[in-house]
Amino acid sequence: MSVILDKAGLARMIVRLSHEIEERNEGTEGVCLLGIKRGGEAVARRVAEAFAARGVFVPYAGISIGMHRDDLVTSYFIPEAEKNEIGFSVEGKRVVLCDDVLHTGRSVCAAIDAIFELGRPACVQLLELIDRGGRELPVRADYVGKNVPMSRSEFLDVGFAELGGDDTVVIRKR
Amino acid sequence: MLKHKDLLGLYDTSAEEICEILSTAVNMKKLLLQNIKKLPHLQGKTATTLFYENSTRTRVSFELAAKYLGAGTVNISASSSSVQKGETLIDTGKTLDAMKNDIIIIRHPMGGAPRLLAKNVRAHVVNGGDGMYEHPTQALLDFYTMQETFGSFNGLKVAILGDIKHSRVAKSNLFGLTKLGAEVRMYAPQTLIPKGMDAMGAKIAKRREEAIDGADVVMGLRIQLERQQGGQFPSLSEYSEFFGVNRELMRYASPRAIVMHPGPVNRGVELTSSLIDADNSKIEEQVLNGIAVRMAVLFLLTQREGQV
Repeated sequence: MSVILDKAGLARMIVRLSHEIEERNEGTEGVCLLGIKRGGEAVARRVAEAFAARGVFVPYAGISIGMHRDDLVTSYFIPEAEKNEIGFSVEGKRVVLCDDVLHTGRSVCAAIDAIFELGRPACVQLLELIDRGGRELPVRADYVGKNVPMSRSEFLDVGFAELGGDDTVVIRKR
Repeated sequence: MLKHKDLLGLYDTSAEEICEILSTAVNMKKLLLQNIKKLPHLQGKTATTLFYENSTRTRVSFELAAKYLGAGTVNISASSSSVQKGETLIDTGKTLDAMKNDIIIIRHPMGGAPRLLAKNVRAHVVNGGDGMYEHPTQALLDFYTMQETFGSFNGLKVAILGDIKHSRVAKSNLFGLTKLGAEVRMYAPQTLIPKGMDAMGAKIAKRREEAIDGADVVMGLRIQLERQQGGQFPSLSEYSEFFGVNRELMRYASPRAIVMHPGPVNRGVELTSSLIDADNSKIEEQVLNGIAVRMAVLFLLTQREGQV
């Protein structure tokens, strides 16, 4: 087990990512944050808080991707899903899709599906806290907290305080 | 996973299979309550409702369940089909097979018709009520409603009052509930209780009070005038006076008791109107649960091929 990101490091990373979003979009006009439940929702909330600390309001929400998973039929199961009601419109917005770990890219595809069900954004950008490699689909993140190439036998544990963790990112052997 | 290609009745469905259907239905209901109704599991499949008897709720419930799972649906009612020209049930089934239909939901006035059909077709056959024999999905949705209210079936006291003889719901409930460990009491005029129900595990009550005493579930059954030759009881008003359930009688039931009815209800005959609309009446909830349970049944039946 090795800690690759501690609490202070995580906080600095979030602030840096928020600046990158501001830089790329030349401000925060029309920007909103959508996090994939539940880890990505925590990331989106923290980025929104980083903006708020600088006096900038950026709306954020969590989205459930259960209904859009690509293995519903092949694995034949009923998803745990929630109806996505995010409280603001994504129509014409610059959506920053947030998640904690980028691996195969399948969640991202499902999330893009879920977003388009909510409306037609101007663009979708991808923010990932950790990119662990191992893509199965042509997906690339626009904002990456940290690149951590890992083997499939390793397990990445992102423990957000609001989800019962201690705000650290840890690699475990399976 | 279910053991059979078809769901024909609860007589030959095990307690484990029933529990699997009920737990799958819990997930289905979660989605329904959020108004999420577009699962992809039956996409590209077709379900046909083949109804030789009138029905609203069962047919619509099955049709919506199939649609919510992504299937295409076709409705055949016997009165406006080739059945009128004398086509046999098996031939109708084989025709549907040839059209690559995947699921047949059948309702038929003759007990055993779904089994005959199931033996002769490739499609999954689901019994939507056969004569006076079984109506498995109605009983399953009753079980779902009971489980949701009480958590478990062990020692649950279920009183079934009404036209037991002509009721397939009563029989499916009896077969299932005894397997799940519940106690089933039945009460009706002597003419409307068939012989042998006690041998199948029901307690036949001599008085209404005896049936309802301490009951957790009080289930009324419709007097099926269309199946009666007459002479089973003097008149509807006399029936309601001496065999119906009213607020007075509910005082004998357990304080947590719920009122159920498979519908359609003859208001003021088997149950008084005030009972039907009371807070502890689950009659409307049963309708929603029916869709969840039928989705679960269609899902689990097709899972057999889904995983091959």
